Amino acid sequence: MNSNNNILVKLNNAGFRQSEKWLVEGVSLTVEKGKIVTLIGPNGSGKSTTAKIALGIYKNIEGSVEKYTTKVGYVPQKISIDWTLPIRVHDFMLLTETIEDSAIDEALSLTGVIHLKNKNLGSLSGGEFQRVLIARAISKKPELLVLDEPVQGVDYTGEIALYELIKKISDTLNCGILLISHDLHMVMTATDHVVCLNGHVCCSGSPLDVAKNNEYKALFGEKASQILTTYEHKHDHVHSDQGEIKKN
Amino acid sequence: MFDDFFIRALVAGIGIAFVTGPLGCFVVWRRLSYFGDTLSHSALLGVTMAYTFDLNIAISVFLISSVIALILIQLQKKTNLPGDALLGLLAHSSLAVGLVVIGFLTFIRFDIMGLLFGDILAVTTDDLLVIWTGGALILIVLKLIWKPLLASTVNYELAEAEGLNPDRAKAIFTILMAAVIAISIKMVGLLLITGMLIIPAAMARNISDSPQKMVLFSIIGGLLSVILGLYSSLEFNTSSGPSIIAAALILFILSLFKIKQSIKLKN
Repeated sequence: MNSNNNILVKLNNAGFRQSEKWLVEGVSLTVEKGKIVTLIGPNGSGKSTTAKIALGIYKNIEGSVEKYTTKVGYVPQKISIDWTLPIRVHDFMLLTETIEDSAIDEALSLTGVIHLKNKNLGSLSGGEFQRVLIARAISKKPELLVLDEPVQGVDYTGEIALYELIKKISDTLNCGILLISHDLHMVMTATDHVVCLNGHVCCSGSPLDVAKNNEYKALFGEKASQILTTYEHKHDHVHSDQGEIKKN
Repeated sequence: MFDDFFIRALVAGIGIAFVTGPLGCFVVWRRLSYFGDTLSHSALLGVTMAYTFDLNIAISVFLISSVIALILIQLQKKTNLPGDALLGLLAHSSLAVGLVVIGFLTFIRFDIMGLLFGDILAVTTDDLLVIWTGGALILIVLKLIWKPLLASTVNYELAEAEGLNPDRAKAIFTILMAAVIAISIKMVGLLLITGMLIIPAAMARNISDSPQKMVLFSIIGGLLSVILGLYSSLEFNTSSGPSIIAAALILFILSLFKIKQSIKLKN
C-alpha cells in the first residue's frame, strides 16, 4: 500500500535501454501532490525518457515505477499529427476524456487561445498549438501533470505567463507536476525539487542545493549557479557508445 | 419480402455500407489500406475452406483473415523486413495459395469472377442475417473502442500516457477489419473490399472538418454508392462489386469540386 497518500508517482532506480544503449539509468524521484519537480540537463540527457518512464509509455524498463493516480495530463515534447484526420481544436480537447464545454472554454481562455476553438488543428502555428496542448492537459483537471518543454515556440511574454499559469495550476488544483524545462530562471523560482540529469542523476534537491552543487556547476557552468540564466555546460565525464561513464 | 434477389442484394449492401463507412475512416486515418488488401486477399483461402468443409463463408473468412492478421503481427516483431513488404508477401501468397487450392477442388464448381468481384445473385436470406447481426456487433464494438482508437490515431503516446490502452484498441480493431471483410466478401468481392472501405472515406475527407462528420459522410457516401451501383448492375448486367466501386468513385470526383470551391472562397 501507499504509505504516503500524497505520492502520485515514484521511480525507483529506473532506467530504459533501447537497442543496447542506455537512454537513462538509475533515476529515483517522487512527484507529490501540489509539488513541482523539474528535470534539467543537456540535450540527450534522458529528460524525455524519464518522463515517459514515469508515464508508463515505456514498458520494458529497469527498476520500477509506482503510480498512484490515473488522472494524468501529458504535454509531449514532440507531437506529430497525421493531417489525414480532420480535427478541430474543440475535438482535440475531448480526445482522451469527455469534459464539459465550460471546462474546455476555461482552459483555452487560461492559455489565451479561446479564439481558436473551432479552427482546424492543422492550421495552427507552433506556439498556438503548444498553448492548445497545455490547455488540453489542464482541462481534464489531472492529479499528475507531465510537461515536456511545454512552452517551446511560445513568444517571450507568453512564456512567462504560461509558467505563471503552471505554478498557479499546481497550487489551485493541488496537482503534482513533472516539468522538463530549459528555463533555469523558472526552474529556480517556482520549482520545489530539481533533478539534474545527464544519462543518470547528476544531482538533485532543492533549487538552491542544486545550484550550489559542483556537478551542476560543471554541467551548466559557473555562471548558471550565480545568475541562473546562462545556459552553458561542460562535462566532467564523457559517455561511451554503450552509455558507460568515463571520467575525463 | 426477401424473395426478390435484388431486394436481398440491396438490403445486404445497405448493411455493409453502415459498417464500411466508419471502419473505412480509420483505414484512411491509420494508413491501413494495404493492410485491408492483405486481409481481403487472404479471404480467398477462407472461401475455399468454407466449400471444402461445408462451413458458413463469412465465419470461415473471418477465421482465416484473423489468423493472417496474427501471423502478420508476429512477422513484424520477428523480422527486419519493412511493413509493406510483409503485407505484399502475405497478400499475394495467400491469394496464390487460395487459387491453387481451388484448382485441386475439382469436385466443386467455383464462380471465380463472383468471388473476386462480387455477385448480387449470390446473396441468400442467411447472408442477410450474418451481415446485419455481424454488422451491428462490429458497430457496437467500434463504438466501445472509439475513444482510445481515435486518441491513439492522433498520438499514440498521449493515449498511452493518459491511460487509454491503445494496444488493446488496435488489436480489437484488427479483428473488426477481418469481420467486415467476412461480411462483405460475397457482395463486393475480395479484390474490391478495400475500395469500399477507402473510397467513401476519402470522399468524406474532402468535405468534413471533424472526425464525427467524416464518419457520417462516409456512411452516406457508402449507402449512395451501394444503391447507385446495384441499380446500374441490374440495368447493365455488370458485376456488383465494380459497379458499387465505380459509383463511389463518381461521388469522390464530385467531392473534389467542393474542395475547389472552398479554395476559391479562401482566395
